Amino acid sequence: MTLYVVRRIGAGILLLLALSMLVFFLLRLAPGDPLSSYIDPMVSMTEQDMERLRQSLGLDQPLPFQYIYWLGETITGDLGRSLQRNGQPVSELLMASIGPSMLLMLSGSLLAILFGIVIGIVGAVRRDGPADVILAALSSVGVSSPAFLTALVGLYVFSGVLHWAPAGGMQEPGMPFTLSGLLSHLALPALILAFGQTALIARYMRSSLLEVLHQDFIRTARAKGVPRRKVILKHAVRNALLPVVTLIGSTLGLAVGGAIFIESVFNWPGMGLMMVTAVEARDYPLIMGGTLAVGAWVILANILTDVAYAFIDPRIKVG
Amino acid sequence: MPLSPMTEPMAAPPADAAPEPTLRVDGLKVGFGGSQTRLIAVEDISLHISPGRTLALVGESGSGKSVTSLAVIRLLAARGRIVSGRIALRDKAGAVRDLVELDEPALEAVRGNDLGMIFQEPMTSLNPVLTVGEQIAEPIRIHMGLSRRAAMQRAIEMLDRVGIPGAAERARQYPHEFSGGMRQRVTIAIALACDPVLLLADEPTTALDVTVQMQILNLLRSLQQQQGMAMLFVTHNFGVVAEIAHDVSVMYAGQIVEHGTVRQVLKTPRHPYTRGLLACVPQLGTASEHKKQATPLFSIPGMVPSLRDMPRGCRFAARCVHAEARCREATPALETTDTGNIARCIRWNEI
Ligand SMILES: Nc1ncnc2c1ncn2[C@@H]1O[C@H](COP(=O)(O)OP(=O)(O)OP(=O)(O)O)[C@@H](O)[C@H]1O
Ligand code: SF4
Ligand SMILES: [Mg+2]
Repeated sequence: MTLYVVRRIGAGILLLLALSMLVFFLLRLAPGDPLSSYIDPMVSMTEQDMERLRQSLGLDQPLPFQYIYWLGETITGDLGRSLQRNGQPVSELLMASIGPSMLLMLSGSLLAILFGIVIGIVGAVRRDGPADVILAALSSVGVSSPAFLTALVGLYVFSGVLHWAPAGGMQEPGMPFTLSGLLSHLALPALILAFGQTALIARYMRSSLLEVLHQDFIRTARAKGVPRRKVILKHAVRNALLPVVTLIGSTLGLAVGGAIFIESVFNWPGMGLMMVTAVEARDYPLIMGGTLAVGAWVILANILTDVAYAFIDPRIKVG
Repeated sequence: MPLSPMTEPMAAPPADAAPEPTLRVDGLKVGFGGSQTRLIAVEDISLHISPGRTLALVGESGSGKSVTSLAVIRLLAARGRIVSGRIALRDKAGAVRDLVELDEPALEAVRGNDLGMIFQEPMTSLNPVLTVGEQIAEPIRIHMGLSRRAAMQRAIEMLDRVGIPGAAERARQYPHEFSGGMRQRVTIAIALACDPVLLLADEPTTALDVTVQMQILNLLRSLQQQQGMAMLFVTHNFGVVAEIAHDVSVMYAGQIVEHGTVRQVLKTPRHPYTRGLLACVPQLGTASEHKKQATPLFSIPGMVPSLRDMPRGCRFAARCVHAEARCREATPALETTDTGNIARCIRWNEI
């Protein structure tokens, strides 16, 4: 098992390397000059000034050299400095925004996993009952509406019209930090992030459970006199969860995409918000650092999924 | 394990000496589907089994053997319904109850406790994510109220009793770590864990290869001698009947067409369908031989009629060489014949 995890981490690092290369070169191929956003338009600069600046930032070197230079610095733990934001170190910026992002994504995913599994079970057990039909309708909406749409609609309805939730940010500006303040700011974006994932997980759980309920070992359990409720919760659900765990793993990765929109809409001070502004400003070092962080998270989520899978399915022998 | 080429019907309490049967089914009728579109799968099924005896249900595919045994344990598919009939079970305490009348909680108390069941597919009838010990211990906890520890201890004893070496070790393993024959031993351990009065076995050896089949049959026989339970054994193989059963009911198209002791039915069959089936098993002694070569046991020309258009009169008439016009008029009644068999044929004494 340990060996397996080590191997997976190794593969993950290679993947990150490939990802960084891809993003690095794609960024440079895109039109636009990072200097244009770096300089202050009010201060007039000569061509020579520009050239000097370019040199000092290493932007005059051939691309492969720039990449190798970046890689070398990165390996030694230096992600460089932002071209914006007063040249703050990228690692500091990342550190500051990872916390809020993780908080949002993990609470969203946790809600989605909980709701998704429970809704899926109810749907399968009360198949075609009123609850199942309502849930099916809701989950079609959830699966088919993009994150930015649910985010905007959610913000409008729950914050704008109903005033149930604050419109954005992580806490009241200028107020001391309180847990309840944080939670009230977190609830709406987390629920909205969970919405699409819940729908996906619930659908999958429902069909997986329906399939399991037709299997022979369920009949064996009933022939033993196990009460129906326990047949479902003990014998069927655990088996039905196996494929769902894989799906949860990939939704953890997908949540990143949704989180970026939701952070922008709710002005949530996480990596998504930071990345959006970084891309607008062509802040190369910050984009690269953010990409690595997001990539590492997705890979980690997948490894965790596989470990969880091996944990609940005794037939899987890894290592 | 030594293979006996031909096992005499084993020593067991004779049918008439047994005080009261463990299971008595009367006029059982089972249908599938809503009341408008209901198809009748089995009809007029009556049988009884005494403690320590085995009744074999034999017949071609689709004759209603599984439906009958699932009806007894009340685990028919959702669309299946017992339309009429009685299923009287004399439980451990000696009380006789009609299982048809019981509600779900009462049935749960009977299943796995007074009634055990084993199925055809050992590969899929165990839960892949629970240890084998847990799966055996579960009914023990539910019905005998034992603690987790004590139930596991008994589960290990059961594994030992069904001939699994290293039981304590094996109890901690999962089904995928067992071979097909070993898994079927596990399902037997589950079914017998609470010492049921009746074991239902729906083709428990069909999916296994021949030597393993013999081992499982021998195991079931010796467990029956130890525990004294009655057994309803579904099979389509007369070789297996000869090995395990005391009595036989032959089913055709949802009805019992012949019934008697194994000796009566195999030596002096009276219904043309039974004769046809047995004609393919030339001699009793070669039955196991037959199984080894996996030759089909049924080669009566024609097909079983479908539930959708069941013919009037004798259901076997379309395939019967002795069929006459009057055979098609009314369903023949079960009659006691000269040899003591009961046969559903109006011409049994003419042929
Ligand atoms: N769930 C069901 N829904 C509808 N019809 C069913 C169902 N189960 C069984 N039947 C019908 O009942 C009849 C008897 O089936 P059954 O499974 O008892 O046959 P069997 O004798 O056990 O055959 P086999 O040797 O193939 O197991 C068949 O015609 C079958 O189509
Ligand atoms: S009743 Fe007639 S058709 Fe039916 S088995 Fe007897 S002889 Fe054949
Ligand atoms: Mg069957």
